[in-house]
Amino acid sequence: MNAPTAEKARLYYPKMPVTWWLRNLRYFLFMMRELSSVFIAIFLVVFLVQIAALARGPEAYTTFMRKLESPGWIIFHVVALLFALYHSYTWFDLTSKVQVVRLGGRQVPPPRVTAVNIGLWLVLSLVILLLFLFA
Amino acid sequence: MNDPTITLKVTRYRPEHDSAPSAQIYTVPYRQDWVVLDALNYIKDKIDGTLTFRWSCRMGVCGSCGMMVNGVPKLTCAAFLRDYYPHGIQVEPLKNFPIIRDLVIDMSDFMQKLRSVKPWIIRETEKPLSEGEYLQTPEELEAYKQFSMCINCMLCYAACPVYGLEPTFLGPAAIALGYRYNLDSRDQGRKERQPIIASHEGIWECTFVSECTVVCPKDVDPAAAIQRSKVNTTLDWFKSVLLPWGER
Repeated sequence: MNAPTAEKARLYYPKMPVTWWLRNLRYFLFMMRELSSVFIAIFLVVFLVQIAALARGPEAYTTFMRKLESPGWIIFHVVALLFALYHSYTWFDLTSKVQVVRLGGRQVPPPRVTAVNIGLWLVLSLVILLLFLFA
Repeated sequence: MNDPTITLKVTRYRPEHDSAPSAQIYTVPYRQDWVVLDALNYIKDKIDGTLTFRWSCRMGVCGSCGMMVNGVPKLTCAAFLRDYYPHGIQVEPLKNFPIIRDLVIDMSDFMQKLRSVKPWIIRETEKPLSEGEYLQTPEELEAYKQFSMCINCMLCYAACPVYGLEPTFLGPAAIALGYRYNLDSRDQGRKERQPIIASHEGIWECTFVSECTVVCPKDVDPAAAIQRSKVNTTLDWFKSVLLPWGER
């Protein structure tokens, strides 16, 4: 039985192109989700520097905040916010896959689980926003 | 009036004289009730008997006719020409697998991985035949039924970029089937499967692209099986660390 070995040598091993994630929209969105972590990480570093500036006193904090008012940083924060929102959405989408919710012996349809999660997220975000604006 | 036709651009790879696959174009009659597999069989019977591909049941049960149809992993017995007509159709072998010939891929890696998760009922001790069957309630059946619908067609492996980039990944179907038996009330083999399923090459390699679930022709949802296995494995770890009397 030498044939299988000889056959194996003639197998063709296709290579995955580096542009595989442009092959369909879902692969692309997956890559965007992965990329979002870079922006969120940069945002967190900026946030830590901001807290450090706050600890150094009012003057250091004002200087730091003035830097953030530059168009470049504003654009960065808008992009980071969009990525953070998208990343959060993907997490809520995941919850319905992970959690099997049963009511009255029947499984609640996964899209409904996601919808409830997103609804709660929006309500809590609104409460936090209102507290921030008026408290 | 001429009868309508449709063109198929089919991958050819003849290892005895090709160093790489190439595409060959065939024109076949267009019939509303034909699927891609019917067109391939027409080519094989009437145009070019050397074209090689796998198929068997023609009814979405055997899982052998999986191919890339216009870049999407599909069972060719369920991909109707009418959904593509009048445009041409590109038929390629399943992605992420070595090609043996034309549209036939080498599935030995998948078969080995499938075996490694022990997709059968494991009992600590088998009860004697005289005690009868292992009974199950409809709810207990419902718990795993979806994951038991897998027909091993490997479309999920062709859709999974992680498997394409890291061929050591255990892959969607094998994990989903391991999970299916873990969920089965008659099974006691989870501990035996855990070293494979919870390994780095197992669930933790998955980055949740979820394309496996999108292409699955049987709505198995392997992505859910993998993510739930991750949660269960994490809970195992917490139990083993936080509860000194917990199972280790």
